Amino acid sequence: MPRPRVAVWKFASCDGCQLTLLDCEDLLPEIFAALDIAYFPEALRTSAAGLPEGAFDLSLVEGSIATAADAARIRDVRDRSRLLVTLGACATAGGIQALRNFAEPGAFAALVYPSPETIDALAASTPIGDHVAVDFELHGCPIAKPQLVETISALLAGRRPTLPGHSVCIDCKARGTTCVSVARGVPCLGPVTRSGCGAICPAYARGCYGCHGPMETPNTAALAASLRALGLERPEIARLFRTFNAAAPAFREESARHDD
Amino acid sequence: MNAPDLVLTVEGLDALISALAGTGFRVIGPTPGEGAIVHDDVSSTDDLPRGWGDEQAPGRYRLRPRDDGALFGYALAPQSWKRFLHPPRERLWSARREGGEVDLRPAPLPEERFAFIGVRACELKAIAVQDRVLLGGAHVDARYAARRSSLFVVAVNCADPAATCFCSSMQTGPEVGEGHDVVLTELVSAEGSRFLARAGSEAGAAMLAGLPSRPATPREVAAGAEVIAGAEARMGRAMPPGDPRALLADLEHPRWDDVAARCLTCGACTQVCPTCFCTTVEDTSDLSGRETARDQRWDSCFATEFSFIHGGAVRASGRSRYRQWLTHKLATWIEQFGTSGCVGCGRCIAWCPVGIDITEEMAAFAAGPEDER
Repeated sequence: MPRPRVAVWKFASCDGCQLTLLDCEDLLPEIFAALDIAYFPEALRTSAAGLPEGAFDLSLVEGSIATAADAARIRDVRDRSRLLVTLGACATAGGIQALRNFAEPGAFAALVYPSPETIDALAASTPIGDHVAVDFELHGCPIAKPQLVETISALLAGRRPTLPGHSVCIDCKARGTTCVSVARGVPCLGPVTRSGCGAICPAYARGCYGCHGPMETPNTAALAASLRALGLERPEIARLFRTFNAAAPAFREESARHDD
Repeated sequence: MNAPDLVLTVEGLDALISALAGTGFRVIGPTPGEGAIVHDDVSSTDDLPRGWGDEQAPGRYRLRPRDDGALFGYALAPQSWKRFLHPPRERLWSARREGGEVDLRPAPLPEERFAFIGVRACELKAIAVQDRVLLGGAHVDARYAARRSSLFVVAVNCADPAATCFCSSMQTGPEVGEGHDVVLTELVSAEGSRFLARAGSEAGAAMLAGLPSRPATPREVAAGAEVIAGAEARMGRAMPPGDPRALLADLEHPRWDDVAARCLTCGACTQVCPTCFCTTVEDTSDLSGRETARDQRWDSCFATEFSFIHGGAVRASGRSRYRQWLTHKLATWIEQFGTSGCVGCGRCIAWCPVGIDITEEMAAFAAGPEDER
């Protein structure tokens, strides 16, 4: 069987999800043996020569669409790719840079850059799925290495990857972590956040930050009501929902309800 | 087992733990963990939560220092004994492909023998409920059966139930009934704890016979009865009376919408419930495609995948998933397995992040649709 031809793409992002692929360390020889990685500028010197011709069996796409040029480029990526898998909160929800979606256009650029007039960005940062069809999404900021390896292994075997959409609570209970919200009164987004990270933060007595984005059926309004009962003020609740996945619809709407 | 009650000192209890460990048991008991009294390995009474109790309310649990030095002065740990007998994840089989051959290897049956210290009456009943589900039908869970058949249970009568407890109204406690090897009742005093001890099985009687003990005095027996009466009197809640199968008569009751608006569909209730038994299987294959494996893991009827059939999830709404959970637990379980699926431990109340109270919901349903509408 010929090795699937793979490309790894970067859009507006910090590269952390691509680093998760490189962070596979002892699995890297197996990954490079199983895949013909034809384009991966983050990792391969050969990619400096430019984009190779032809189509790809699999495109791994990191980053959000933040410029008009990227909006055109992602359509080209889609056209060349049999399967397109998005990696991380930027690609699946618009990322931390989607905070600008809540502000006046150009407001952040004026604060950050000495010559904001040279910045050519769209008013909103949007996920890949808003622009082209996506076959699988890996959530998280960054993505979880086991989920990436599972997805690659599943696609190689021609089976559906196991990527549950249930809450982080299920993973805390499996891990044996005592609920930080119930036992300590720590604000935690776990009940509305998608499984995948292995429930790391509550295992260290911290609340979930929601970096894997909304779970499959998030009741954010009910959680927000309980956060109020824990003593959080409305702006604090808005801030909890407005981080890496601020523009994911469920989180966006809940933060808007608490944005006075 | 009509032998007279014996009395063990704390040293006697230590001798029991040592004897169990010495005969190859992995001894699990209550111990102070991160913010809660949890079940974990114990090697002596020094590991027990001496002087600690708990305070539980809907969506709230706190450790509470006690001034009496009790060793078993808490109500219930966050998770039940289910995580040892029916663990959250376990391998069922693995396979390796070599050339054209597939070598299928079933995971070996567990050989670990557990001894549990501090099992409450409600939890013994919960184990019996899971026995019916996992052992009592045509398809026996061999892994559960292996762990279950070698289990040694030291039950401890509950002295201080939590505000979330309602075992009395479910007729599952607070006094330990059956299913144990040894049952203890802690008598707390300024001189330290003593334990009334009684065997519940031949293995328990043999174990007790080898420990330093003395017969209980009539006064101590009376004090033990008072502990149980006190627990009964301090029971925090009650399941409303009446046949819970009445739930099935009005599946469109407006209260389902009301509770669905509050329910997070996070599934925490199902994971902490000592009787919820549902699992799914997950298949993995490695990058080379040579190694594959199938694991069983706890599932939850609050996950949409749980009701996934061709074309999508049958129970797409939170309302339908909460209704499935409650009607199965309290009503259809009776037809299916001959008992209620609820033992009144109250974990689903305390560990629900938004504090949904199964007894309060049932009271609202029992009030009838007319009152509600």
